[in-house]
Parts: sequence; C-alpha cells; structure tokens
Amino acid sequence: MSFAEQFIVHEHDVLVIGAGGAGLRAAIEASAAGLKVGVICKSLLGKAHTVMAEGGMAAAMGNVDDRDNWEVHFADTMRGGQYLNNPIMVEHHAKESPARVLELESWGAVFDRTKEGKILQRNFGGHRYPRLAHVGDRTGLELIRTLQDHGIHQGMEVFMEMTVVSLLTTGGKISGVLGYDRERGRMRIWKAKAVILATGGIGKSFRITSNSWEGTGDGHALAYQAGAELMDMEFVQFHPTGMVWPPSVRGILVTEGVRGEGGVLRNSEGKRFMFDDIPDAYKNQVAKDEEEGWRYVCGDKNANRPPELLTRDHVARCINREIKAGRGSPHGGVYLDIGWIKEKLPNAADHIKRKLPSMYHQFKQLAGVDITQERMEVGPTTHYVMGGVAVDGDTQMSCVPGLFAAGEVTAGLHGANRLGGNSLSDLIVFGKLAGEHAAKYAKNNAAVEVDQAQVLAHTNAIMQPFERTTGENPYGIQHDLQNTMQDLVGIVRTETEMQQALVKLDEYKVRMKNVSVIGHREYNPGWHTAIDLPCMLVVSESITRAALERKESRGAQFRDDYPDKSAECATFNLVAKKAADGSMQVTRRSIVPLRADLKAVIEKMK
Amino acid sequence: MSTPTTQSTPVDQSRNVQFRIWRGNKDGGEFVNYTVNVTEGMVLLDCVHRIQAEQAPDLACRWNCKAGKCGSCSAEINGKPSLMCMTRMDTLPPDKVVTVEPMRSFPSIRDLVTDVSWNFRVKKTIKPFKPRKPDNADGSWTMFQQDIDRVQEFRKCIECFLCQDVCHVIRDHKKEDEFIGPRFLMYTAALEMHPLDTEDRLGDLKNRDGIGYCNITKCCTKVCPEHIGITDNAIIPLKERVVDQFYDPVTRLFRMFKGK
Repeated sequence: MSFAEQFIVHEHDVLVIGAGGAGLRAAIEASAAGLKVGVICKSLLGKAHTVMAEGGMAAAMGNVDDRDNWEVHFADTMRGGQYLNNPIMVEHHAKESPARVLELESWGAVFDRTKEGKILQRNFGGHRYPRLAHVGDRTGLELIRTLQDHGIHQGMEVFMEMTVVSLLTTGGKISGVLGYDRERGRMRIWKAKAVILATGGIGKSFRITSNSWEGTGDGHALAYQAGAELMDMEFVQFHPTGMVWPPSVRGILVTEGVRGEGGVLRNSEGKRFMFDDIPDAYKNQVAKDEEEGWRYVCGDKNANRPPELLTRDHVARCINREIKAGRGSPHGGVYLDIGWIKEKLPNAADHIKRKLPSMYHQFKQLAGVDITQERMEVGPTTHYVMGGVAVDGDTQMSCVPGLFAAGEVTAGLHGANRLGGNSLSDLIVFGKLAGEHAAKYAKNNAAVEVDQAQVLAHTNAIMQPFERTTGENPYGIQHDLQNTMQDLVGIVRTETEMQQALVKLDEYKVRMKNVSVIGHREYNPGWHTAIDLPCMLVVSESITRAALERKESRGAQFRDDYPDKSAECATFNLVAKKAADGSMQVTRRSIVPLRADLKAVIEKMK
Repeated sequence: MSTPTTQSTPVDQSRNVQFRIWRGNKDGGEFVNYTVNVTEGMVLLDCVHRIQAEQAPDLACRWNCKAGKCGSCSAEINGKPSLMCMTRMDTLPPDKVVTVEPMRSFPSIRDLVTDVSWNFRVKKTIKPFKPRKPDNADGSWTMFQQDIDRVQEFRKCIECFLCQDVCHVIRDHKKEDEFIGPRFLMYTAALEMHPLDTEDRLGDLKNRDGIGYCNITKCCTKVCPEHIGITDNAIIPLKERVVDQFYDPVTRLFRMFKGK
C-alpha cells in the first residue's frame, strides 16, 4: 500500500487535541481569528471529562460578597499552590475569569442566580469569599454544553472518537499529528501549523480515580515524546471525597459543593475531626466552632469558614489519617453528612435536592443512600494533576515551536495544589489564550512538511500488538501499573516505596513490548488500551521521579520521610524532559519570579 | 446531631449471572453468551468491563464517566433503553439471563456501539442562541431564578439519546428526515424559553422539525435518566406555542395588525 493509500490526510491552520472545556474554548477563539480549525475528540463531542466537574468555576465577580476582587483571588490561588505557581498565569486567571464567565452567559449558559438576578457564587475550599459561579452541582455539563452548542456554529471541523498517537515534528517544529479513528481503525494525518493540546488529566494511572478511561495522560506523553517539558508532575491532587462504596463506583467524585452547602466530615466515633488540625497559613481564616462554621455557610460575612473547606490536600490527608487510625467507616472511608442541616433549615431535604441534585441522584441510584437522610461514606480519590506541559505564561506555547497547551495538561497555574473551582475557570481563561496565540503563530508561520518516515515508524509501532499471536493482555499491565502507582506513589510517599515503583515501571516497559490484542482495528478497546499504556508509563515515571526529587512535603505532595516544607525546595519547580539517550531527566528550574506589585498583593492579603 | 447510616457492611454475595450480548456490525450479528461473577453493588457496565478484561477484549462499548453524567453508555437492557452505568445488577430480575443490545434506532458500528451522528447533524440545523443586548453596563444580564428554573431542567440533558432511541416516530416510522426527535424538541424549548433569547424557531418547528409527529405517548420521558419532563414541560408547551402562532385566530388577527 502506498503512503497516500494508507493514510487519510487532513489539513488545518490550528488543530486542537481534546474537546473538553479548554479545547472547545481554544477552538472557538482560533475560529474567531478566521482560521481553519480542527478539533479531535477521543469520545463523542460533549462527553469529555469536563462534564464531571460539579462545584463551579471561580471568578472574582463579587456578586455575593463585594469585598472580592482579582487581588484576593490571586492571593488565594498562590497560597493554595504554596507559591510554586507561575504568577503570570495566576494573574491572567484572576483578572480574566469574570469576563470569561460572562461570555459564557452571552453564549447561552444559565447559571444559578442571586436574589438580585445576578450570577450566584458559592463558597469553596481555599477561596476567601463565595466565588464559584455554578449550576447546581452540574457546572461542568453547563460549561461543555454551552461551548459545544456555540462552537458548532463557528466553523470548526470536529473529529469524534479519534485518538492521537503522536505529534509530528520536522526540524523541531510542529508539522501535524498522527492518529486513528476508533470506528474503522484507519490511520489519519492532520497537517497543522499549530497544535493545541487540551487533553486533560492522568487519573487512570491510579487504581482509585475520579477520571474516566480517557484520563490516560495522552497529551502529557505526546508533548514529552515531541521534546516538550513536563513540570510539577509530583503534584497529583487526591480529592478528599470520592465514593468508597459500592466497590464498582469507588473513586467517583463527591463534589466539594456538599461541604460548601454545610456538609461536615465525621469519623466512626461521630467526631468532627477537621477541627483538630488546622494549618498555620489558615489559622486566622477558620471558624472557631461549629456554630461559626454554619454561619459562614449561611453567608454571614463576619464568620470564618468551617475546617471542612480547607484546601483539598489537607482535607485528604486528615481523612487518610482517620482511616489509618481505625476510625473509618465500614467500607474504609469517613462520613460526610449533609442531612444534619435539617436541624437548621425547615425544608432541608428539598434544599439539598435543589442544590446538589446530581449527588442526590448518584448516591440514591448507585449506593442506595438518601443523602438528605443518611450519611455518605467518602474517601480520597485521584482527581487532578497540577503538573503538565511547561508553557510560556502569556502565550501558552511550550518549548516546541507551534505546540501550545491549555487546561489540565498544562503546568503553572495551580503550583503545588489546585483550589476547587479554579479548574473550570482555568479552561476558559487559558483555552482562550492558547487559541488566540496559536492563531497568531499559524498566521505568522508557514506550514512545515510532514516527515513520512516518522509517520511510518509510529504507525508500525502501534500495529505491533496485532502481529503477536502470543503475548500479554494489555488490561493486565494496566491493572498492575494502577496498583503500583496507587500503593507506592499515592497520598503518602516515601523514598523506599517510590524506588520500588521505579523498578516496577521498568518491568512494565518490558512487558508492554510483548502485548498482543485479538480482533481487528474496528472499535477495538483492547487495542486502544495497548496504545494508552506507553502514555500511562511516561506519566507514572515523571510523577515518581519528580516526587523522589522533591524531598519535602508541600501542597499535594506528602513525604512521610520529609514531613515538613523545606525553604530550599520553595525555590524551584521540577522539569522532566526526554534526554538524547531516551531516558527521562528531571532537573530543577528556578520558580518564575514574583513581580513587586504582585508580591505586594500577596502581602496585603495575608 | 449526626445522621444515621444505613449502608450495609461488606458481605460477599457474589453470584454468577448469564448475559446475552449482541455482537456484530452493520452487516449483521448475533447474541453471544457470557457468564460473569457479579458482586454486591455492581452495575451492568461493570459486567461489560469484566467481560472485556477477562473474556472478550475486543467487545466494543462506549462509556466515559460511569456516574450517569456523560450519557455515553446507552444501550437496551432486557429491551429497555437505559444507561449501563446506572443500572444496578440487583435491580434486574435474579436468575434470569440479562440481554444487552445496542440502541436499535441507530445504525450499528460494532457490538454495543451505534452511529449517533444524526443527532449531531440535527442540532446544527437549529437556530442558535441569540441574546438580547446586555442589561447592565458591565455586559451582564439580570435574570431571576424563577424565570430560569424550567430552562435549567432542560439543560440537565446529558445527550444519551435514549429518548431518540425509544421514540416510535424514529424507531418504527423512520422519520429522521422530517422529525428532530424529543431531544431536539427539548433543546429548542430550552432556547425558546431562555429569558434572554430573541430568536424565533416556531416556524422551523412546524414546517421543518416535525413537531406535529409527536403524539405525546411520553415514552421519551419514561426512559430519561435525568427524569426531565420532556413531554409535559418541553414538547407540549412548544406545541401550544406553535398552535398559538399559526392556528389561533385571535393571534393571527393580532399578527396581521402587528405586521409580524
């Protein structure tokens, strides 16, 4: 078969990989620049993991508390990220998210309202004031549907159920991407002047995760293989509240909104344990007792937040500690109780169903639990990776010319830990910036010829599993890899365990070379899993190597052998890059310096 | 102070369940039998995954969120259009073979995966949201919760297309070319009832989208995993608006004078 017969070829100015919030927002922006834009989705349009986001999007609009403004949001995000964030990105985010939220309204989004008819904002962990624009507990669905319904009229070409297997570069510059469609298994080449990665997260590298099958870190691995840098990979967010029962739904998210609406955490002794351990950085911002915490939930501006609304890393570790100390619930979690608010509100059950409809539905149907009457069992779940492709804070371009990134696949905004609600706003703020700058790049740079040898080599590699008649089932390796990361590189980390993990990851690299799949190329999940494995390995290795190198506990990383923060470690980010010999090198890079005016903002907000 | 927990403690209640799963493609197919060890709390999608991991790695199915939020894993379970991820095994009759088929109203791609692209094409034909000018200087609008409750109900839709699958106008009468189906009637309703929208889609509903074909048997409402009142809250009010606009003599007279 000739080259031309073997591949379907598409051509675009800007190609977006991923159709969640960031990808769609980027595609809308690039389309607005009058360019030919393509969007590749791994699933059907509108099914991306963004739909799972529940609580809301953070934007300092000040609709509920007029003391809020971009400076408070900036300081909150930096504090949450333990000052490893890229302040330029944090500034963009804090300043631009209100306009991005209003823009969604102009495209048809229907947010919950205040009594005055403005967009309602809710409390969330780490945010000083009520800041999350939301729609009940299905804000992600609202975001993706709004972008989708607006986007389909902007001229972009959408490629559903297609997976990218490699970025193509010529002379170090982006020339396009190689992928296949799931329906027929045909190989396709998308020639593009600029490529935007918006592929989301990596949760599938762990056993217990809130992420769907798509979260295999494709974008992280594609960028790494193309020569880009992965930064902050040690920072993986374990969301404190995932479902723990029944086993088949273990890990599925229970929104922080439950706690924002008054939900409290208790151990098996009935004790509200979060009051026992309050970090110094938040000492002045936490309620002194349960009564004050409830007043905060009700909107009393003079009250401080309940300790359940501290940052996710801290809450997750406290829950972990209770479980390990034997004070957990029957299925190995702790209790999250929202039903108790009936003591405070006359129509509590209706209130809960209105504010948290998806949660009510999810527990009722999957666990047989009525959350208006009964306590939920919850425990930490792998939720989000703060780390990702290192980009320029203004343009979102990586060190590979023509390669941009936006959303979860990108590093920088969240530093060592992400605040809830800062993800959806991340998508729309940086989706727009990436789309804008990729469009500029595409206008200013001619297309680069695709290297056919590269295409053939990558194609050959992914067809290998069909050639082997004997070999290992890819699901087995995936399962073992997830167990390794969960057990050895999870919430609590040590040098010894992570060294063991590296040995195991090396074994999986060998086993992966012997994977075989049955059937043919049409919609074959076994084959797709075989193709995902190398991505999951890059992600797992970068997490482990960076976590080993960061000999301290900060943000989402907790090292049992280095339980404290180190002043030295506060000065650098860790960057993983593929060396000339193919091995992964992790090096330190000085954090992006804080401008004097931004430093003053942080001081002012302390 | 705290609320009681009635969740049961872990017990091993595993049992073997027989499955008949349709396997094939557009050229045809057949039911294949599998046996799965089912444990407490499992949903049907877990069983399909277990079959994929242990017996048939090439068994094709769509899924994403596993929590009833993305609407990918639609199928027909014992003949009823349902989401696989939200179908608890203990809600199906015990000791009976469980039949799993793809949505039958859409062309087969492979096994449980169907070609739902028609839905995406239909959506593109509906006139998009067109808001009035912002009410406030900062570019924002004033809307009250009571005015958006209904629209928010429709916007809960996860686009699983089970309503399209079950609708007899599509399923039995194959009117895809003349009828947009309950999902997109409701999509239109959400736009028409949006307090900010200024577009008029009633003519399209009557002349192009086939709203008259719906004879309110409410099958769509029954299968909706989001429990949206598709028929009562979306389609019937739309039908009324169409009737008011095009058939009501008083409105017609009024329109003549108004010149619209």
